[in-house]
Amino acid sequence: MSAVSRRTLLALAVAASLSPFALAAEQKSVAVTAIVDHPALDAARKGIEDELKAAGFEPGKQLKYQFQSAQGNPATAAQIARKFVGDAPDVIVAIATPSAQAVVAATRSIPVVFTAVTDPVAAKLVPGWSASKTNVTGVSDKLALAPQIDLIGKVKPGAKRVGMVYSPGEVNSVVVAKELKAELAKRGMSLVEAPAPRTVDVAPAAKSLIGKVDAIYTTTDNNVVSTYESLVAVAQQAKLPLVAADTDSVKRGAIAALGQNYYDIGRQTGKLVVRILKGEKAGSIAPQLGEKLSLSLNPAAAQKQGITLSPALLKDAKETVK
Amino acid sequence: MTLIALMGALEIGLIFALVALGVLISFRILDFPDLTADGSFPLGGAVAATLIAGGHDPWLACGVATLAGAAAGLTTAWLNVRLSILQLLASILVMIALYSINLRIMGAPNMPLIGSPTVFSPLIGDNFDIAWQVQPAMLAAVIVIAKLALDVFFASQTGLAMRATGANARMARAQGIATERMVLAGMALSNALIALAGALYVQTQGGADVSMGVGTIVVGLAAVIIGETLLPSRTLWVITLATVLGALLYRLLIALALNADFIGLQAQDLNLITALLVGFALVLPKLKAKMARKAGGTR
Repeated sequence: MSAVSRRTLLALAVAASLSPFALAAEQKSVAVTAIVDHPALDAARKGIEDELKAAGFEPGKQLKYQFQSAQGNPATAAQIARKFVGDAPDVIVAIATPSAQAVVAATRSIPVVFTAVTDPVAAKLVPGWSASKTNVTGVSDKLALAPQIDLIGKVKPGAKRVGMVYSPGEVNSVVVAKELKAELAKRGMSLVEAPAPRTVDVAPAAKSLIGKVDAIYTTTDNNVVSTYESLVAVAQQAKLPLVAADTDSVKRGAIAALGQNYYDIGRQTGKLVVRILKGEKAGSIAPQLGEKLSLSLNPAAAQKQGITLSPALLKDAKETVK
Repeated sequence: MTLIALMGALEIGLIFALVALGVLISFRILDFPDLTADGSFPLGGAVAATLIAGGHDPWLACGVATLAGAAAGLTTAWLNVRLSILQLLASILVMIALYSINLRIMGAPNMPLIGSPTVFSPLIGDNFDIAWQVQPAMLAAVIVIAKLALDVFFASQTGLAMRATGANARMARAQGIATERMVLAGMALSNALIALAGALYVQTQGGADVSMGVGTIVVGLAAVIIGETLLPSRTLWVITLATVLGALLYRLLIALALNADFIGLQAQDLNLITALLVGFALVLPKLKAKMARKAGGTR
């Protein structure tokens, strides 16, 4: 083979290997990262993917899409953030606070959409609840607490003492515990806290509440959600009603939740992503709270935890777990 | 892998090189199995983030964080030397205590630094686009200084005494070395380096989080062992060099694992791929030596 033809071949090979990238340049791209894998965060991601698909950006087809999980390791979250900034997608979606902070620290130009972050202002992702004028916007999963307390009262009429198991190391949970305490105090009720710094501490923490509380309320604390079944077991033994903040936990054995379904939060997040893909600036979209609240009930769990659900409550339910 | 991703891997690798040097001092030089790192790394981060958020100078914050780390190391060593608590257990006690202490220091589980001044901001200025180049460059300078300072220290009278303490404590005592004091000083130095790493880490990653210590010791040890395997030596300056290279290589392997999706691997496989890559890196030199021996035998 002559030197010339060899060179031509080489050029062809290079052109062939580059062509996917040439195509990719016209294609919109979205990169998603989450700090850890658990049902609520996974549901949010599924919601985002479905919304993108519904808007004509099907991951893998019209849309270049990648997902990376830090598998619970913050240094890996930081490294994923750098990788995404290097890949320069049209939008980066960051699920949960640590991942969002790592991404926001890594870029001021690529649009960032956070989701499943309870307090984006305290986490300094955005300066306030109005449009940020930076490259960041997103959806918060913060819940108004008054309806939550009403729900506890409907499930267990006359409940005065509410227990909460949570990880003291998780900013979202600490915020909720603080606000819940204040909100309960206003109604002459009290909060009994049971900190569980590790997943293995959840069941013992729940047991420590037996006899001290009338009901247990759970948030989307990562430690608690990771091992919800152990909490359910304690609730059944002690006949303590378990009220959750998210509907996914009802499927796993909580009696009731007036929650944002993380899938819906994902869909809402996906809508923001689509708006940015279509040309809007992230900085001109104000961060949002989850819009949909839906009541989810689990009558079988209620029976096991010594509760009879009122017909009025059953009628209100959007979803009843069989 | 893009250039920014590569630089990001180097940046985190350089920070963890400080952790690895700290682990080298405790595990290898002092022969003190120390898990304090999982607490002293976030301790450094918590102290630095709290001070910076309070409006203090970032360099001062790094200094105080380093001292806090030294105090943590001293506590572990003290529990072992003075109260005769087993080394591993002493370090575990300090590690779990630091979780609560870090929460106290920050007053919350998370202390964001996004938009706050850092040691890097004078060089970055308003042009954030160069941050990904400036940060690794500055960190590289810090690591070179730390490495050379350690080399000089371990060649000094005190440094040699410390190495003797770890190599053979009885013999060292017979030679008139105050071995207990050496353990205290060495552990303080080790955790000071690790806390400094934590302080620099929070300034590159947008804030401190109480969970940021998870797996610090594992990464540090992996770096030391990768370094030892790839560049085996008994000379101290080569050992410290190998440790730094080991930390960088570990992060590069993770970066590689993050890009492994083209062979059908998914996000959930990340830790497995990382483990396989590190395992491969460790076995490779031995395989090569074996093959070289075989080739030599048939000739």
